[in-house]
Amino acid sequence: MARMKFLCDADRCIECNACVTACKNEHEVPWGINRRRVVTIADGKPGERSVSMACMHCTDAPCAAVCPVNCFYTTADGVVLHSKDLCIGCGYCFYACPFGAPQYPKVGNFGSRGKMDKCTYCAGGPEADGSKEEYEKYGANRLAEGKLPLCAEMCSTKSLLAGDGEIIAQIYKERVLKRGYGSGAWGWKTAYRETIES
Amino acid sequence: MSSFSRFIRPAIGAWALLLLVVAAPVPSPAQQVNPTASSVNERQLLQEMDRIQGRVSIPDQRSSVLMQPAGREWREFRNVALRWIGGVAVLGMLAVLVIFYLTRGMIRLESGRSGRTIVRFNTFERFVHWMTATCFIILAISGLNITFGRPLLLPLIGFEAFSEWSQWAKFAHNYLSFPFTIGVVLIFLMWIGGNIPNKVDIEWIKRGGGLFGHDHPPARRFNAGQKGIYWIVVIGGSLVAATGYQLMFPFYLTGIEGMQFSQIVHSIVAVLFIAAMLAHIYIGTIGMEGAFEAMGSGEVDVNWAREHHSLWLDQELARTGPNDSQPQPRHAASAAE
Repeated sequence: MARMKFLCDADRCIECNACVTACKNEHEVPWGINRRRVVTIADGKPGERSVSMACMHCTDAPCAAVCPVNCFYTTADGVVLHSKDLCIGCGYCFYACPFGAPQYPKVGNFGSRGKMDKCTYCAGGPEADGSKEEYEKYGANRLAEGKLPLCAEMCSTKSLLAGDGEIIAQIYKERVLKRGYGSGAWGWKTAYRETIES
Repeated sequence: MSSFSRFIRPAIGAWALLLLVVAAPVPSPAQQVNPTASSVNERQLLQEMDRIQGRVSIPDQRSSVLMQPAGREWREFRNVALRWIGGVAVLGMLAVLVIFYLTRGMIRLESGRSGRTIVRFNTFERFVHWMTATCFIILAISGLNITFGRPLLLPLIGFEAFSEWSQWAKFAHNYLSFPFTIGVVLIFLMWIGGNIPNKVDIEWIKRGGGLFGHDHPPARRFNAGQKGIYWIVVIGGSLVAATGYQLMFPFYLTGIEGMQFSQIVHSIVAVLFIAAMLAHIYIGTIGMEGAFEAMGSGEVDVNWAREHHSLWLDQELARTGPNDSQPQPRHAASAAE
């Protein structure tokens, strides 16, 4: 089995936000929730870089570790998913997540946190693959159809890469070698405890 | 003239261009512009401020935090440190109480019951006490569930049942925080008069509060131990309420680091609070004969008052005079003074 990862080549990202839009559309994500976002660092200054960030599907995921009801699970592909039937909307995963991935719909009382929602790596949830229930709760299950996450698939500059970690790391390494520079795989050290040496 | 200049101009121009090209440095690969030379660097940014923040074009500004590896330390606190602190505090207190009960037993009324009672807490005071106490117990159980439920209760009842119970526990925790907070405020206001530490407390503490042996150090309405409980409730209650509302209304006042800090303060104060309340419940029930009546019926036996709150009893009797509607105290009791 492949170990699925995301890699954002910040030297290619042009902050077009198409990945954000594609994600919202593909999964019919409710208003106010962003499973993916593009953060621009040093905006307007020399050296500015944009990074597209969602759930990184961490190794030894912090969200899963702190969840009081243990609603997270990791698939054979290394994708971190959760059950909205078990989630109680406590917000703890957001405190633990290094990437700000968990999102909460404003439905509950006070803290207005409903069931947590996050990037599923286009892999749905615990319901049957491609079922109506799965789509309503988690969005499309592209992985079950043999497709990769839509955000990366339609990235216009191929800045955002998704797929087997070893393959996308290889692609990135070759790019860096060819063009002679690279600002590294953002978040890999934190998420996977490894970096891509180039 | 015009025809000559038409010839000469392009010629000069061509020479000038040639000169320019020759004079310009030939770009070598080593001198190529490196677009990442001044670019932001992940490792450097993390070293500088422990988190990376930028600009986002979506309205949710919280999402401008790209990375916050501090979540890892919080995880370590929640999963390891807190379980140790909570486990040692709660189980440690239970162990101390069991050992104390086995060695000392129930603290008896040494002079026996006089059959005559005196009002210790009026209806309003008891109502406030029990409202706060009921809320506290439910808040404590639902709170402990968040920290200890997953390793202890989940394996016993399964995912669905545990999730269902935790969901209700969360609702109860959120809603009951309001009457609990009101209770803490009322407790602060209605008992502040009797809970300012004074000289009597020093004597009481020096004599160990009469916990060991058969000593009965004098006390006013509240002895030093009760004052301790009072201030634990007031200060601890305020802290859990303040941090709890932070957690309930997330990100209204603070960012991610503030939320983590609130959870840390909330949980540590809460487990220590629970440990202190276990001792309070013990001494108010099976730990001391005649103590529960103070919060039960609100009236305590005069002999109990004499043994445990002698100065308060003298004060009360001086104020109201002997109560003839009740039988007079036995003389043996007053001789014990």
